[in-house]
Amino acid sequence: MKLIFECSVPGRRGIGLPRPDIPAAGPVDGKYVRSSAPALPEVSELDVVRHYTLLSQENYSVDTQFYPLGSCTMKYNPKFAEAVVGLEGFRELHPLLPQLEQGCLLTQGALEVIYNLEKSLAEIAGMKAFTLQPMAGAQGELTGLMLIAAYHRKKGSRRKHVIVPDTSHGTNPASAAIAGYETKVIPTSADGTMDLGKFKEVLNEDTAAVMLTCPNTLGIFEPQTAEIARLAHEKGALMYCDGANMNAIIGRARPGDIGFDVVHLNLHKTFATPHGGGGPGAGPVGVNEKLEPFLPISRVVRRKDGSFFLEYDKPDSIGYIASFYGNFGVLLRAYAYILMYGMEGMKEISGHAVLNANYLRARLRGHYEIPFDRMCMHECVFSAAKQAAGGVRALDIAKALIDRGFHPPTVYFPLVVKEALMVEPTETESKETLDAFVEAMKGIAETAERDPESLRNAPVTTRISRPDEVKAAREMRLRWRP
Amino acid sequence: MLAAVGAGSIDELFASIGPSLLSRPLALPPGRSEMEVTAFLREMAGRNATNLIPFVGGGFYDHYIPAAVDQLASRAEFVTSYTPYQPECAQGTLQAMFEFQTAICELTGMDVANASLYDGGTALYEAAMMATKLTGRNRIVMDSGVSPIYRTILYTYTRNLSVEFEEVEPVHGQSDRKRLFEKLDERTAAVILQNPNFFGAIDDHSDIVEYAHRKGIIAVQSVYPVALGLLKTPREMGVDIATGEGQSLGLPLTFGGPYLGFMAVRQELVRRLPGRICGETVDRNGKRCYVLTLQAREQHIRREKATSNICSNEALCALRAVIYLSLIGKNGLAELARLVRDKTEFAKDAVDRIPGVKVNRSSPTFNEFTVVLPRPADEVIGKMVRKGFIAGFPLGRYYPGMENFLLVAVTEKRTKEEIVKLADSLEAVL
Repeated sequence: MKLIFECSVPGRRGIGLPRPDIPAAGPVDGKYVRSSAPALPEVSELDVVRHYTLLSQENYSVDTQFYPLGSCTMKYNPKFAEAVVGLEGFRELHPLLPQLEQGCLLTQGALEVIYNLEKSLAEIAGMKAFTLQPMAGAQGELTGLMLIAAYHRKKGSRRKHVIVPDTSHGTNPASAAIAGYETKVIPTSADGTMDLGKFKEVLNEDTAAVMLTCPNTLGIFEPQTAEIARLAHEKGALMYCDGANMNAIIGRARPGDIGFDVVHLNLHKTFATPHGGGGPGAGPVGVNEKLEPFLPISRVVRRKDGSFFLEYDKPDSIGYIASFYGNFGVLLRAYAYILMYGMEGMKEISGHAVLNANYLRARLRGHYEIPFDRMCMHECVFSAAKQAAGGVRALDIAKALIDRGFHPPTVYFPLVVKEALMVEPTETESKETLDAFVEAMKGIAETAERDPESLRNAPVTTRISRPDEVKAAREMRLRWRP
Repeated sequence: MLAAVGAGSIDELFASIGPSLLSRPLALPPGRSEMEVTAFLREMAGRNATNLIPFVGGGFYDHYIPAAVDQLASRAEFVTSYTPYQPECAQGTLQAMFEFQTAICELTGMDVANASLYDGGTALYEAAMMATKLTGRNRIVMDSGVSPIYRTILYTYTRNLSVEFEEVEPVHGQSDRKRLFEKLDERTAAVILQNPNFFGAIDDHSDIVEYAHRKGIIAVQSVYPVALGLLKTPREMGVDIATGEGQSLGLPLTFGGPYLGFMAVRQELVRRLPGRICGETVDRNGKRCYVLTLQAREQHIRREKATSNICSNEALCALRAVIYLSLIGKNGLAELARLVRDKTEFAKDAVDRIPGVKVNRSSPTFNEFTVVLPRPADEVIGKMVRKGFIAGFPLGRYYPGMENFLLVAVTEKRTKEEIVKLADSLEAVL
């Protein structure tokens, strides 16, 4: 396909501007002016519409395909939430209004959304309070770790490291590094849980926090979590929960009750806000009473008369994480979702998410290796080790799925599983879809034995075949040039 | 399905959670239908004052958004996909990223741009971090004409790292060369500037950048993309890292987000660039296509040694921006920039005619200007609300001693009539 820049015809315009209703001002001093106009496309509105409509059709998406990308919770995103975000009272609202004198009175509806969503998430996660500012899960992690650092600083202790299991998301150690901590990695035992013996060896008075994903990235709820929390707390360390996998336990178990002091939730996963081709997301952070004083400012507070205002006077606060109140449009969608599901609905989300994952595990057993074959939570990690021995790797299986009309699962993660295929079906998929996926996976396994070569050429149904990634990295063509 | 799994009930699947299981229902209201929730949220939306004519900016502006931006960026194939890890079935997202990177390079004049960061503030923080890593130095000198919102973010994020900051106040609206040069030394990693600055003043930072480079300092500039239809680019000033807030490029205000951070750098710095980067390559048949590239910088490969922890970014917002820039086009952006400036100059003259009010004209401006009022700006803004206006932003909120200063922003959406009425109302309330 052409690039939009390659569609340019000099002088062509997409959208006109209003005729000036004021006189032209004198010119700007030349030393402040750019020497030539930016070479943006010169195209008509139809050129733009057709181009991006055709481009969109090159994507697999939840609305068009089953998208079992593990750890990403690609569930269906209800459409009414999109409509709500488009309401003028939200869409046109300037974020600086509450900072004006009496300005909070101009934004009572938006502040109430923030207040109510914080309270709802606190109830769901078993925490005392939430901040909605972090704009993605990774930013939530960093915020959580900064809260932990502030807590230790306040107690006068300077701790040095954060403990993570080797199954953790890559963002965990990356966030720890930015928060100023070293990372100590604990291996996974044969049953798919963190090696408790090794953990005890590493845990000491220099441990600032233990960062666990709950349930873990192998799709396993670690029964020893409460014990880990007890040991960590004994040493004065705090417990951080990466809540990326909250879809597995929502309405049934709460990180706060399990022993965690901090949790971040990914609203674009559990709370059905769309992933947008890579974002925007939202990664709110919940804390218990130990960390509440350190939350970022501003805080939305409810007055006795029922009105809402912003509080900045929090002397222990870590400060500003985002320019304003987080990705408000994403927050609003999540709030709409919570209102729709309510108290009973939450439990059904996790129930069906876990049932669907276990159904795939049961139906694919025997066709693919299952390194930790026990009742899983919302996702199940398969291994293509058997197929790889015959020359068909996890990546080939992923590409073969594209030809069969499915988005591939996450591959080669978690790192502790060889040839990992991490499948997360989510609760919104029907049995019919899961059965069709099972048939496709079984078919691929059979083809792997019979005709491995054909899988190494997949996909063949898409406009392009496998890209040369080495060439991309070597040549670094990162922008178009005429 | 339960039979296939070998469980008697859904609850049985959760046996492994054991004693941590919640023994009661969540204390949330009962679920409601789509119709009820929509009505409930419509009522909340109605309690936000979006009927006031806005002259408030501060880096976030009420620009017109063409209908095609909303229509195209609402396509489900863009909205309900994720990070393009599987390029064969994500060329739509990838090619749009590549086009976005190209557009940002064109706007800023820089060599390479990434596929987006969270917002303008965190983009500036990422630039500061890049500079400390590139130079091995830990001191950052910042013009306090840089958005105070961004500066507070920088302070928050670097709290646990050994980074020192020095701030230099602008003089007559523009960057104070003399004091900046005094502060820029061999321990300094970066000098951080903004154009136009928070007060609306435009500047040519070429001399500061040149001075910084002589001391091995990285020059960082935060820019306003619409202004780049007219103003000198970061590249023309010699800047190393350009960042900015892309909200003005087709994104609604939506009470603070989602917005769009962007970052563009000189070619030599590409391996230190944070965030996703899309690159061109060919498939097995030699057909041109796009992939996420240079992933060895990123957290899922490098873990604690990554250039940044960013994973989810603002891809859909970047898509909106590139659609917007394509619609407005090369000539349109230049025309828009001129129109915005002309309207701003008209507003300056209109407000300057009010007795007792003085427009600050010590330096040229683009779309925003400061006004000195005879009374506290807060009080005046409050009175102007009753007249149907958000008259501007009170600078005293961030700059002690500037309580009587009002920051006024103008976009192409403000009509002559609205501007005249603003001035008349201002005169009436003073």
